[in-house]
Amino acid sequence: MQSKTTLNVDLLRADFPVLSREVGSAKKLVYLDSTATAQKPIAVIEAMNDFYRHHNANIHRGVHTLAEEATAMYEKGRKQVANFINAPSSRQVIFTRNTTEAINLVAYTWARANLQAGDVIILTEMEHHSNLVPWQILEAERGVRLEFVPVTDDYLFDMDAYRELLKLEPKLVSFTQMSNVLGTINPAQEIIRLAHEVGALTLVDAAQSVPHLPVDVQALDADFIAFSAHKMVGPLGVGALYGKMALLNAMPPFMGGGDMIKTVHLRSFVPNEVPHKFEAGTPAIAEVIGFGAAAAYLQNIGMDVIAAHEHEIAEYVLERLEEIPGLTVFGPSVEHKGGVASFVMDGVHPHDVAQILDGEGIAVRAGHHCAQPLHEKCGIQSTTRASFYLYNTKEEVDALVEGIYKVKKIFG
Amino acid sequence: MDDLYREIIVERYKTPHYRGHLDPHDIFFEDDNPVCGDHIEITLQVDEAGVVKAAAFDGHGCSISQASADLLVESIHGKSMDEVKALTKDDVIELLGIELGPVRLKCALLSLKVLKAGAYGLGVGEVSDDLVE
Repeated sequence: MQSKTTLNVDLLRADFPVLSREVGSAKKLVYLDSTATAQKPIAVIEAMNDFYRHHNANIHRGVHTLAEEATAMYEKGRKQVANFINAPSSRQVIFTRNTTEAINLVAYTWARANLQAGDVIILTEMEHHSNLVPWQILEAERGVRLEFVPVTDDYLFDMDAYRELLKLEPKLVSFTQMSNVLGTINPAQEIIRLAHEVGALTLVDAAQSVPHLPVDVQALDADFIAFSAHKMVGPLGVGALYGKMALLNAMPPFMGGGDMIKTVHLRSFVPNEVPHKFEAGTPAIAEVIGFGAAAAYLQNIGMDVIAAHEHEIAEYVLERLEEIPGLTVFGPSVEHKGGVASFVMDGVHPHDVAQILDGEGIAVRAGHHCAQPLHEKCGIQSTTRASFYLYNTKEEVDALVEGIYKVKKIFG
Repeated sequence: MDDLYREIIVERYKTPHYRGHLDPHDIFFEDDNPVCGDHIEITLQVDEAGVVKAAAFDGHGCSISQASADLLVESIHGKSMDEVKALTKDDVIELLGIELGPVRLKCALLSLKVLKAGAYGLGVGEVSDDLVE
């Protein structure tokens, strides 16, 4: 039984089958790559299997029993996800393939219907490629102007520079609520408030924030937020776009086809209502059900409890990594960051660090983590990244540090 | 990865036998693995009979990319250019003596890609992974 205020990590680890794996030469798995994808609890796995075993049918049209059950389960998934982010209505949650597709949906529908050459979009230097490239494509196609809020020397969102950029009267501010490299948690509510003051809409890349922090779309007053199931202990292959109702109603369709229509004639169609307007074709039904189960699983534990646990781990990680000579962590001080530690070691390439750690059973990631411009800004090619989630422990931090000392010994 | 890997790879990474830039040279090529920042250049001196008489590599990156470059360049001394052009990824894997997953294999094959591109006299835009099939 979970305490209402602290996480019983040992208890909840039993929910995640993968965590009892051994890798390589019988090493216990220490999974520190949740920012790439999180592990899944039995509840999510079983929810999806249950659908395929007992309820599999196509949704929204059929009248037979299985179809009705499938439809109910799918729409329940939508409600669970909507609930998780405190959306006013579940109709405002649109299922996509992932965060990337959700952002592209906004770029292809809202942006192309509303922006023209010279219109300004504000992004930041710490964005993931998924919140950069869709806008670069739009720039090349349409001549919109991209401006970037810099990352400060303290690895924070440069609020002063942002205020200056807002004087350009941008149409859209699209930003990450939590950096997948730096761990920096940006003051989203404030960023959105300031954007609204100059008449700009906002899109929050919440791929990292929704899984790790309590996110309330109404409190944020966000116009759009995008996130993925798989980073919040849900299945791969499904994500969500939340949007304000008026915006979604006004946007033209994204993909055309079955289910997103009300009526179709040979030469014309009438689009369906939101959210169905944006969900063309047979969706990933089992995945949506898994998404809902993941949202319910996390909500049952409590996002503030999870965030508090991660904060404790983040503090401990930084403390221990700071002890290690020749190791530099990239990111802000701990009060501004989540459980992500990206670092470089003198004289050792991140690939080699990751490889040696793998030999000890420790899974981390090496590379630019889909943030090449950010790495360029920090003057580095690539980093090793260890990321933490609700199921990680301080003992695992100790294992990471021990592994790093082993790397130093080999390459020393 | 077992201890054997660490010895060969780390030894050649820390103390390469063939790091350098030949000047003059008959063949020169360089390329990156942009995903992780590995960079390799290779210079060769070839005699009138078309045989490699000297070879060197330079660059920066992970231990596997640099060590495989050192081992590869060592192995082609005295080989004909036709033999160089015929080298495959299996030859590199044999030189390294370890098994590699697809991600690290790319690191190991960068030097082969550079070597063969240089041997075939390819332009910068003509280099592809087909060279290291």
